[in-house]
Amino acid sequence: MARNKRAIPEINAGSMADIAFLLLIFYLVTTTMDTDKGINRKLPPFDEELIQDPPPIKERNIFTVLVNSNDQLLVEDEYLEIGQLREKAMEFIDNNGDRSCDYCKGYGMSISSDNPDKAVISLQNDRGTSYGMYVKVQNELIAAYQDLRDEYAESEYGRSYREMDSDEDQDIIKEIKTSYPQKISEAEPLNIGG
Amino acid sequence: MAVLKKKKDKALPAMNTSALPDIVFMLLFFFMVATVMREVDLKVAVNKPQATEIQKLERKSLVTYIYAGAPRQKYQDKFGKSPRIQLNDSFATLDDVQAFVISERETKSEEERPLMTMSIKADRTVKMGLISDIKLQLRKAQALKINYSSLQPKNVDALYSSEN
Repeated sequence: MARNKRAIPEINAGSMADIAFLLLIFYLVTTTMDTDKGINRKLPPFDEELIQDPPPIKERNIFTVLVNSNDQLLVEDEYLEIGQLREKAMEFIDNNGDRSCDYCKGYGMSISSDNPDKAVISLQNDRGTSYGMYVKVQNELIAAYQDLRDEYAESEYGRSYREMDSDEDQDIIKEIKTSYPQKISEAEPLNIGG
Repeated sequence: MAVLKKKKDKALPAMNTSALPDIVFMLLFFFMVATVMREVDLKVAVNKPQATEIQKLERKSLVTYIYAGAPRQKYQDKFGKSPRIQLNDSFATLDDVQAFVISERETKSEEERPLMTMSIKADRTVKMGLISDIKLQLRKAQALKINYSSLQPKNVDALYSSEN
């Protein structure tokens, strides 16, 4: 009797784990946890009647970025490559022309912005500009602000702005954001074509 | 001696791994359920633009997608090759965008509505004319939080080369 029992062993379930593992790995590999990432932006509200007299902004406080339908950049009336845009924008924001910004490291040129609070970047593209280029330009302009905030955070708090936690460091982030407020204004696109 | 060895064998049975498949199956089911294959059937080809200053989209339930790009090969006979908008599972025109946003907003609870984000998933070759039109429609529909869906480039220098 005892012998008989030994002769019929249990079904070997050892390979079941292997099969399950196989399936598991298949799912792990195939399901791309589609991490959605992108550039966050806020659109201005739509107003039927445009503001009649927008508050005047001094010419020196506006940094104009134009993108034409051939994806070429014209920055402050100067032809520029996309790789140079970030640096130019940072120079402009950090210029500190009226010496009111004590944390700025700019050159204080009289033709560039007064202080980061007054500096406005004006972006205008053509209807023929490619979306890829538009995102690249946006990216560079945001990166310019982020880099400046990073520098400021390093000198004031000894850590990087990009690595701060939005919950824990709420107040610090707020303070940094007011030091370098992001002011990117987008004009209605031109329709020159080409 | 031989007898003794046999006894020892019996005293030390193999570790019971019969629960292992259960555990693995549990994991498997978790993954099968958790990975929402919610991705709509893309009818337009979208090759996302590249950017470095990207942020993760939190709370997917509050995100609404708008796709824009040239119709895929199999739809080209019917819809042509020029870039089009896709909302949910079908092609749409600009006039549909506002209604779409409003109907999407209806599905969210009152307190969550201001947090709604519109994610624009457009091909990098799409002309800005179309994107601007979409943006204008979004502004009219009071959907002001938007996100330009982009990819982190594997090689940052590639961002500055004149191609793509």
